Amino acid sequence: MAIIEAKGLARTFKSRKRTVEAVRGVDLTVQDGEIVGFLGPNGAGKTTTLRMLTTLLEPTAGSATVAGADLLRDPVGVRRRIGYVPQAIGQTMGGTDPNCLVQEELLDQAALYHLDKAEALRRAEQLTSQLDLSGLDERLVKTLSGGQRRRLEIALGLVHQPPLVFLDEPTTGLDPQSRSNLWDHIRRLRSDLGTTVFLTTHYLEEADALCDRVFIIDHGVIVAEGTPDELKRRVSGDVVTLQVNGAKRRASELLAAQPIVHDVAVSDDGALRLSVFHGAEALPTLLRVLDDAGVTMHSINLSRPSLDDVFLTMTGRSLRDDSPSAGHGKATDAADSPAGTRR
Amino acid sequence: MSFIRDTLVVFRRQMRLSLRNPAWVIIALIQPILYLALFGPLLTKLPATAFGGSGGTAGSAGYKFFVPGLLIQLGLFGSTFVGFAIISDWRAGVIERFRVTPVSRLAIMTGRVLRDVLTLLVQAVILVLVSVAFGLRAPVSAVLLSLGFIVLVAVGLASVSYATALTVKSEDAFAPMLNSVVLPLVLLSGIMLPLTLGPGWLQGLARISPFRYIIDAMRSAFRGQYATTVMLEGVLVAVGLAAVCLWLGSRVFLRENA
Repeated sequence: MAIIEAKGLARTFKSRKRTVEAVRGVDLTVQDGEIVGFLGPNGAGKTTTLRMLTTLLEPTAGSATVAGADLLRDPVGVRRRIGYVPQAIGQTMGGTDPNCLVQEELLDQAALYHLDKAEALRRAEQLTSQLDLSGLDERLVKTLSGGQRRRLEIALGLVHQPPLVFLDEPTTGLDPQSRSNLWDHIRRLRSDLGTTVFLTTHYLEEADALCDRVFIIDHGVIVAEGTPDELKRRVSGDVVTLQVNGAKRRASELLAAQPIVHDVAVSDDGALRLSVFHGAEALPTLLRVLDDAGVTMHSINLSRPSLDDVFLTMTGRSLRDDSPSAGHGKATDAADSPAGTRR
Repeated sequence: MSFIRDTLVVFRRQMRLSLRNPAWVIIALIQPILYLALFGPLLTKLPATAFGGSGGTAGSAGYKFFVPGLLIQLGLFGSTFVGFAIISDWRAGVIERFRVTPVSRLAIMTGRVLRDVLTLLVQAVILVLVSVAFGLRAPVSAVLLSLGFIVLVAVGLASVSYATALTVKSEDAFAPMLNSVVLPLVLLSGIMLPLTLGPGWLQGLARISPFRYIIDAMRSAFRGQYATTVMLEGVLVAVGLAAVCLWLGSRVFLRENA
């Protein structure tokens, strides 16, 4: 069953000088129980789309059903059934008050969802143990480490046990250890509770490690969609790199004749680079062909394209170049976030 | 009703945060008390005619004139500056976090306003008690009525302050805006000296400040005169101001996009 179904979702920001089409018609469907990643450079429309789906921003066009409620007709119904964890970087932080106690934040959040006191206490206790926050109840939020604070923010999004949770850049700014720890928590959300997770990320390895399916958004439209594996295969298949002893030309001709190989190139260091579909299954065939022809090798290597390659192919730019510190990133970032455009 | 419950949830949270750092409630009182101690005595030596009396010096009539002004000044500064706090809340992502929950979006404002009103009431009571020590003599009913005026002023100004702050989202823009609005309002309200001392054009200009009507009504009560046109004007202006400001504020908090 689809838990998110969006059709033609669009958002235009108007300021005195110009009109910015931040999102230009997004169609997406997310199934119940999926972990879905939303990838895109700064200014691509990620955050704007997320803000529309979470009722923070009214779409200028399109419609959507989120967690069984109509986004436009019943926004409060949507809010009741979703959890949202804002991004903790940029203009606004992740939603916790530095001067609150951890316990107070959890209980206040429960009250916002109209949970009664006993239920609130029970949920607070559950969440602190699930998200490794035990013993921090009486600590001020500002004294928490980055990872602890992020886990608290995620706990706040889960207080009312929503079937669907939106995480905006959940691990940005965390050290690698905290990040992989958080990944475990996110995986457990789905495996233990069946929660659907919709996350945006800057990190391709995060999408790769965590997501069943990935949407790539650029210039306000979705340019690719699929499982990480499907997307990688769509780029150019896998790459097999061979070092043969002599007979390079003969080997190259032999291999190029194989139907599973769709491209052969000789790289600078004299190795043969083969583009093949389904590299793992192709290896035995390649080995046998060379062996039958009496060509010996001294190394063979199979590498799969990364999501970064996918990204580069789909959008013409690398995610990594698009760090927030890059000069051009600033301007597009402002267009992406509604707060940056004064209306 | 869920709106009231939501308002109380927000109120409790804000009150708890205020009580965690109660020093500023007292700090806000330093300015009016300094005025009371270092400026008030000047008024008692003015001729009584300046305050509508006759013969000799004003004496305690000076305080009957000055304390209502100080109360309004306390309300003006106290309530218009509350917006700063919501800018840091917005920056912390707290406002957005609340807006994604089923809580009434208006309660995000009204819960805060309730906290501000309560804080201001406490400050006003302390200020009145200190004034009595300095020589204010006024009927209790007049003080209670004045507290009612203060509540209306605080409701209105705090709402507009939050709405404005959440619209500009920057302390750098909000601070000069406040200064350019609050100072003329204070000066045109006749807080320090009777406007009747001024030239005609100034008295005419002062008619645009709603606080001038409210202060006049409070002063009328402090002199023990309740059934006056001045009182009626004051009540109408105070209620109208609170209603209009509350409406303006709610528009910002209830809009779909923030």
